[in-house]
Amino acid sequence: MIRTTISVLIGALLALGLAGCGERPQVVNYKKGEYQGKPDQKAYDTAPWNGNKRDWEVALATRNQSQNEYKRIR
Amino acid sequence: MARMKFLCDAERCIECNGCVTACKQEHDIPWGVNRRRVVTINDGVPGERSISVACMHCSDAPCMAVCPVDCFYRTDDGVVLHDKDLCIGCGYCFYACPFGAPQFPQAGAFGVRGKMDKCTFCAGGPEPNNSEAEYKKYGRNRLAEGKLPVCAEMCSTKALLGGEGDVLADIYRERVTTRGKGSEVWGWATAYGRPEGPKGAPGMPGAPASPGAPAPAGAKS
Repeated sequence: MIRTTISVLIGALLALGLAGCGERPQVVNYKKGEYQGKPDQKAYDTAPWNGNKRDWEVALATRNQSQNEYKRIR
Repeated sequence: MARMKFLCDAERCIECNGCVTACKQEHDIPWGVNRRRVVTINDGVPGERSISVACMHCSDAPCMAVCPVDCFYRTDDGVVLHDKDLCIGCGYCFYACPFGAPQFPQAGAFGVRGKMDKCTFCAGGPEPNNSEAEYKKYGRNRLAEGKLPVCAEMCSTKALLGGEGDVLADIYRERVTTRGKGSEVWGWATAYGRPEGPKGAPGMPGAPASPGAPAPAGAKS
């Protein structure tokens, strides 16, 4: 009777001790999602730029500088 | 590659809400949605400051990270946009955004949350440039017209700047170094010009008061 109890206890302890070996990693590896929507046109793709990126950038740079009143009033 | 940004100068913003009104008018934004708004700190207390806030088009945008349907994308110019056809109006982006930029129109009689709406940097969305569909869903595409966001371009005090980040930084740096500090910023001389005469001449600021000069009205004897 005592032997049986001891062997059951040892078995239970072994089972508990080995239970940790089956643990799976619980940290989620974040995977960045990809855009799933419709593709967009570039701002300079359509008229009046018709794909001329350089002209479009010049137009934007000019308007950007018009926000600097120190340059505008001089 | 340009990186489009907004910059609001709290020293200049006068809380006129012109940017908010211009944005609503330009994009025909429905009632209850404000793509841009003016926030005032210490309202009514001397030294209060106002700042105009909208989507800041973050380089590492939290709204993009949390969107369950991945409807956000970033253009080559650094503008964060989204596809309204894909948006499910869950509101995660609203909780993630530190600026409260995402807005949700009240669609329907029972206030059902509609698809998210936010500042597009006047760059429209994933529809053909300057098409009716783009205007209806996202508003006007001013970038495709070679223009900058209307809120920044019409700001009367030029507190709100919009455009390429490096250029804005240069404008702001020049402004700060030119305007000085303290009374130099908003003092009499800034408003009405500095005196032409030599420093210390009679009648000029900093001149010693003449002994026989009458005391100004209201001055204690």
